[in-house]
Amino acid sequence: MNLCAAAAALTACHPSQPKQQFGSATVYGSAPAGDHAVAPPAASPADDGNWVMPSKDYAATRFSGLNQVTPANVSKLALSFTFSTATTHGYEAPPLVVNGTMYLITPFPNYLYALDLTKPGAPTKWVFKPKPLAASQGVACCDTVNRGAVYDAGKIFFNTLDGQTIAVDANSGQQVWRTQLGEIQKGETITMAPLVAGGKVLVGNSGGEMGVRGWIAALDEGSGKLAWRAYNTGPDKDVLISARFKPFYASDRGKDLGVKTWPPEAWKIGGGTVWGWLSYDPETKLIYYGVGNPGPWNPDQRPGDNKWTTGVFARDVNNGEAVWFYQTTPHDLFDHDDINEIILADIPWKGQRRPVLFRPARAGFFYVHDRRTGQVLSAAPYGYVNGYKGVDLKTGMIIPNHDKDPKVGRVVRDICPAAPGLKDWNPSAFSPVTGLVYIPHNNLCMDFGAMRANYISGTPYVGADVKMYAGPGGNRGAFTAWDPIHQRKVWEIPEDLPLWSPALVTAGGVVFYGTMDGWFKAVDARTGKQLWRFKAGSGIIGQPISYRGPDGRQYIAFVAGVGGWAGAVVSAKMDTRDPTGALGFANAVKDLPMKTTAGGMLYVFTLPR
Amino acid sequence: MSSRCRASFTLLALTALALGACNREERHSRAKPMGETVPAGVSPDTIWPGGTVAQTLDPRAKIYDNNAPAISQGQQLFSQMNCSGCHSHGGGGMGPALIDDEWRYGGRIDQIATSIAEGRPNGMPSWRSKLTQDQIWQLAAYVRSMSGQPSKDAVSSRAESMSNTAPQTLTPREPAHTSDTAEQ
Repeated sequence: MNLCAAAAALTACHPSQPKQQFGSATVYGSAPAGDHAVAPPAASPADDGNWVMPSKDYAATRFSGLNQVTPANVSKLALSFTFSTATTHGYEAPPLVVNGTMYLITPFPNYLYALDLTKPGAPTKWVFKPKPLAASQGVACCDTVNRGAVYDAGKIFFNTLDGQTIAVDANSGQQVWRTQLGEIQKGETITMAPLVAGGKVLVGNSGGEMGVRGWIAALDEGSGKLAWRAYNTGPDKDVLISARFKPFYASDRGKDLGVKTWPPEAWKIGGGTVWGWLSYDPETKLIYYGVGNPGPWNPDQRPGDNKWTTGVFARDVNNGEAVWFYQTTPHDLFDHDDINEIILADIPWKGQRRPVLFRPARAGFFYVHDRRTGQVLSAAPYGYVNGYKGVDLKTGMIIPNHDKDPKVGRVVRDICPAAPGLKDWNPSAFSPVTGLVYIPHNNLCMDFGAMRANYISGTPYVGADVKMYAGPGGNRGAFTAWDPIHQRKVWEIPEDLPLWSPALVTAGGVVFYGTMDGWFKAVDARTGKQLWRFKAGSGIIGQPISYRGPDGRQYIAFVAGVGGWAGAVVSAKMDTRDPTGALGFANAVKDLPMKTTAGGMLYVFTLPR
Repeated sequence: MSSRCRASFTLLALTALALGACNREERHSRAKPMGETVPAGVSPDTIWPGGTVAQTLDPRAKIYDNNAPAISQGQQLFSQMNCSGCHSHGGGGMGPALIDDEWRYGGRIDQIATSIAEGRPNGMPSWRSKLTQDQIWQLAAYVRSMSGQPSKDAVSSRAESMSNTAPQTLTPREPAHTSDTAEQ
C-alpha cells in the first residue's frame, strides 16, 4: 500500500519481517563501536549502591553501576526475601534503597513501608499510612497507581492519589509536612513520582481524561510551601512564559498561544497534565518534562494546536520560567500524551559533542533534541507507525496521515500506535557502557470512534469509543535495544502481551524487565539473549532496581502487581466481553485474566555466596 | 382511501397495539403521581441482627423496570452523563463492570437507583443534585438492562454509540449476586 510505502521510506513499516518467536531476540546489528552516547556526569554521578529516585539519577538513565551480576552468572540469581504490600492494584513504583533501608510506596491507599535491609528477612521498620480520600479511586483514569517516591536529605517525598504531596522523615517515619495540591472534585489525582531538584519538590497533576487543567508545581523542599505553579494551558502569565522563552520552532512563538489555539474557554478544561517523568540538568538548572494529552479525546471539540499539550517543556527550576517548548503532536488526535521519560545524554553529533535528550515518544518516534534549545536532531520510528508519516526535521513538525483523522460520527480503523502509544509511561533504561537505550513498549493498533463529550466536573471527559488489538506481527509488546545515534534497532524481543514494565540495565551488561503474565527476565545487554527468568505471583509492571546491600552484594529488586491501564482488566475485575472497557484496552488483553491474578509482592534476588 | 380500507387499517393498527401491549410495560398515564424521591433505607445488605426483615420492593420499581421508554431514556443519559466514561459499555474501567453478575450494593432497581442518587464511598459520585429523580430511575432501569434483566422486547436493538458492542437484544441474562468477589 502506498501509505505503507511512504512510511517504509522512514523505516516505519516492516511487513516483510521474518516470523519471530515471542520472547526471543532477533539481532539486527551490533552496539555502536567507539565514541557513543554517555550520560552527562553532573546528572549521572558514579553509583554509590543506593537507588534514591525512580529514574536512578537526574539524567533518568535507570543504569546501575554495579557489576557483580553478569551474563555469565545471572542464571544463578536466587531469591533473597519477599514482602507483601497488602495491595492488589497496579504496582508501578520502584523500591528505593538508602543506606541499608528499603522504601516501598504502594498504589492507593499509598502506604509507605520502610524495610531494614541490615537484618535477616528485611523486617519492617515502620509504615506510614497517609489515608487518602477513598473517593479519589473514582477519578483515577487508569487504575489507582503510584509511580514512586523519592529520597533526598533525610526525607522521603511522595504523592497521594487524592492530590497531596507528603514529606516523611526517612529514619522515624514521622510526617514532616503535607501539602494539598490537587482537587478530586475537579477530577484531579496525582500518580506521578515527584522529582527533588534545586531545593524544590516538583509535582504535576493527572486527570487528562477528566477535563482538568494541567500544571506542574514546585514546593519548597524544607517547608512544603508552594514556590511556583506553571499551567500548561491558558495565558502566558499562567504558563510562566516570559521574555526568556525561546522556542526553537516558529509554530511555538506568539502571545498567549495557550488561549488562542483553543476554542473559547476550552483551555480551562483542556488537559495537558504532568503525570510522567521529569529530568534535571544541574549545570543549567533546567528541568525537562513532557505534557499530557489535550481533552477531550474527541478532537472535533477542540480545533487548534491546543498548546501547550503533548509536548516538552524546559523550565528553570528556581522560578518555573519556561525556556523552550516543543510540541510533538499539535492538535493531538490519538491521546498521545508526551509524558514519557526524558533521558539526558551527551553524544557525538556531526563531529561535535552535543548535549541532547532522548525521548522514545508515545507517538512512535525516538526523538533526539538539543537540550539547550529543543531543536530536533533526529526522530525515527522505533516500531510500527501509520498514524503519522514521519517528522519533518526542517520545521520540526510531525507529518500527519489524514487518512487516520478521527471525525465525529465515524469509526476510523487500524490506527497505529493505539492510544497508549508505541510506548506508554513505563520508562526505558540507558547504558553508557553500550550506548544503547532499552525500550519496553507496545505494538497495539486501534479503532477510534469520536463522539461528543459532555463536560461535568469530576466525571470523565473523553468522547471516544476505542477498541485496541495487536499490531502487525501479532505481538502486543516488544523490548527494543535502540542505537540513539544511528537511529536503528540493534535487537528486539517480541512479547506476546503488551509490555507495561520498565527496564533496568546494569554495568555488568544485563538488562531486566517483566511481563504482564509475571515473568521477570534477564537478557544480555548486547544481544538480547535471554539468560534467566523467574515467574512472579502476579504480572509485572513495577520498576526494577539494583542496589548494593549492607553485606556488599549486588541485589536486584522489583514489585509484582498487575494493573495500570493495561492490566485494569485484572486489578479492577473488569468484564472483557465489552471491548471498550478501560478506554478500549480491555479488548487487547482479553486473555490476561487467565494468565495472571492481582497481587502486590516485592521480590529481591542476589547471587549465592 | 376507501372507508373499508380505512376500517381494516384501523383494525390492523388496533391488533398491533393489542399484541404489542401483551409483554410491554404498563403505562400509568392516569395513575396517582408517585412521590418523586429515590427510595430511602434500601439496603444492599442481606443480614439483619435479630432476624430477617422483609425487603419490600419500592412500588415505583415496576413503573421503570422492564419499561422500554425508561430504558431508552436511561441509555441516552448513560452516555450524556458520562457514566460510560467510567463503566464503559458495561465492561468497567474506572468504575466496576455492569454487565456481569456481581452487585456490590445490590442489583435490584431500587438499590441501583440508591447507588446513583447517593453515590458510593469508593468513587461513585452522588448524582442527587445533578439529575431528576425520574432520570435516576430511568438510568437504574438501563443499568439493569445491561446484564440482560428486562425482557428482550423492552430493550433497544441498536447501541447508543458507535461501539463494537452487540445490541442489548443479544445480552445474556446474568444472575444478580450481591457480591464483589469477581473471579479474576
